[in-house]
Amino acid sequence: MDLVVAERITKDYVNGKVSIRALDDVSFRVGSGAFVSFVGPSGSGKTTLLNLIGCLDRPTSGRLRVAGTDVAGLDRLKGAIFRGRHLGFIFQDFNLIPVLTVAENVEYPLIMVRGVEAGRRRDKVARLVEAVGMAAERDKFPDQLSGGQKQRVAIARALVTEPDLVLADEPTANLDSHTAGLIIHLMKSMKDTLGTTFIFSTHDMRIVDEADVVHTLRDGALVESSAPGAGVGGESHA
Amino acid sequence: MLKLVQIALRNLFRYKRRTFLTMSLITIGVAFVLVFVSVTASFKGMMIGEITDSMLGHVQIHRRGYVASLDNLPLNLNLAPPAIRNVEEALGAIPEVEAYSPRLKFGGVFSNFVESTNIRLNAVDPAKEWATVPLLPSRIIEGDGAIEPGEILVPELLAKGMKVKVGDIAVVVATNEDGSVNGYQFTIGGVLRSVTGPGGRDGYIHIEDGRKILRLQEPAVSEVAIRLHRIGKLDGVVARLEGALGPQRNAQGQPVFEVHGWTKLTPFSNIVRMIDVMTFFIQLMLIAVVLISIMNVMLMAVYERTREIGTMAAIGTRPGRIVSLFLVEGLGLGVLGAASGAALGSLAIAVLNILRVRFSFGRQEGLVLNSGVDPSDILTIGLIVVAVTILASLRPARRASRLDPIKALRQV
Ligand SMILES: Nc1ncnc2c1ncn2[C@@H]1O[C@H](COP(=O)(O)OP(=O)(O)O)[C@@H](O)[C@H]1O
Ligand SMILES: [Mg+2]
Repeated sequence: MDLVVAERITKDYVNGKVSIRALDDVSFRVGSGAFVSFVGPSGSGKTTLLNLIGCLDRPTSGRLRVAGTDVAGLDRLKGAIFRGRHLGFIFQDFNLIPVLTVAENVEYPLIMVRGVEAGRRRDKVARLVEAVGMAAERDKFPDQLSGGQKQRVAIARALVTEPDLVLADEPTANLDSHTAGLIIHLMKSMKDTLGTTFIFSTHDMRIVDEADVVHTLRDGALVESSAPGAGVGGESHA
Repeated sequence: MLKLVQIALRNLFRYKRRTFLTMSLITIGVAFVLVFVSVTASFKGMMIGEITDSMLGHVQIHRRGYVASLDNLPLNLNLAPPAIRNVEEALGAIPEVEAYSPRLKFGGVFSNFVESTNIRLNAVDPAKEWATVPLLPSRIIEGDGAIEPGEILVPELLAKGMKVKVGDIAVVVATNEDGSVNGYQFTIGGVLRSVTGPGGRDGYIHIEDGRKILRLQEPAVSEVAIRLHRIGKLDGVVARLEGALGPQRNAQGQPVFEVHGWTKLTPFSNIVRMIDVMTFFIQLMLIAVVLISIMNVMLMAVYERTREIGTMAAIGTRPGRIVSLFLVEGLGLGVLGAASGAALGSLAIAVLNILRVRFSFGRQEGLVLNSGVDPSDILTIGLIVVAVTILASLRPARRASRLDPIKALRQV
């Protein structure tokens, strides 16, 4: 089953009288369990696209279904509920909550978004903190961590609610290339063990090869789709 | 919920300086209001006590029209035996009444055989009078503190002016209702410290002597002073007495009685009212301080943490949750500030009590201010602060919950 179905979506940013077409007639599908990358130079529309899939913004036209829901029609509250239930987010600047420890950051979505009771929370948090290799740092605060460590915590936070889909907009842009490789490998191994679908964007061609499917954007248009890792997920595009 | 409180408290702790400053402001405000309220309440209580317990009583009943011509002490407006019985009956039916004292009031001439002066007299039953105005005995600065028949208690100024002292003989001459003049010889039984207010410079004699001077065939009463168990019940008791006595008419169809609470009998009730108004404005200022400081600090917090809010919203935190997060944070500031303010205020009041601050009121000097902290005052002030805090945090909290995650996340 396709987790994401995008049909001819466009996105225009209107600032006063100036209208910028950030996405132009983009169609693609992402199968469940895929590890998909969107690549392209800066300004090609990657963030815009991930924001649309992430239900943080709405397409100007076209149809976009995520996890069986038409996300174009969700209001603020429904959008928040949908994201909390189906999606996980990994950000370029990590965006951990500074007043929470590693373990508490991972626990945050379970409490504040999902309302999971304490006993089950503890297990899940412990398992994920362990899985991303941060068990020794579980009581540290974000400002005591390196960039790579922060992103590991962010990965655990994105996965702790067992989402259908994790969206990562340039997750390695603020990391050195060695750490970037480790982070992509961590994401991929989490995808392999948990079966979670990942969509990430990057303009770093060295980590692109880890993806099952690579979509290339240029000036808002999808110009190429390829499968360097010989597609494990059922990926196809229009 | 626990997590919400934890996050809020940690965020407060994160900006120590700002939190400390805001909290101090609230603390000082609450402490100040608490001290003000307690001190004025004790001042007020003392003032009211001084007035009502020295001569006025809490409530007075007269024949209709008496209070308006109080200055003349008219004898033709006294209550006759049937009316007295009605009053006593009405009073007996009200459990809030602690004691009452019928008084016969009249004016006369006081003479020490060398010179003479005017005097206003209360003829009373000492036991009833003491029970109704318990501070009266403490006003007796010379003498054994009793009124035997044949004795007169004279006010301080008169004793000084006429150069009389306890044990001296004096004559009181009075004109009765029919216009006939009668003199009566008294022993000075005591000298009374004057107090501020109506009746504060009256002399006292035994009620039997009053009847003799005025040559009354049957008992007559000019006023009935009443003491309540709790002064807080004043309005209710006045209303009940008016209900019981108001409808009674004389032969001409006119109402017989008038009932007055102490506030209607002395201009000092205006001071009390002024204190209440001042308290109200002081509280208003506290509200303004809390409102402005909390709103300011919370708007700043929302502005500074825009990215964090964007992150929370992006990963699915509902708008309502974000509102509560900031509400709890503002509430934390308010509650902590109010609590430490209450502690500081109570401490300040305790120190004031130890210092035994003295003040003068009217002609009395050296009254010691002894203010207690009324728990209900703390509760009221605390509730005001909490309510205002919520109000002040609401706008910043709603603003936070309405941030667009994309824009918020872009903010550096
Ligand atoms: N809020 C916005 N308002 C106007 N133009 C925008 C906005 N966000 C992005 N754009 C424009 O849309 C295009 C795509 O941007 P973006 O999706 O951020 O690309 P990428 O993530 O690949 O760098 C760019 O030309 C950018 O300037
Ligand atoms: Mg981008």
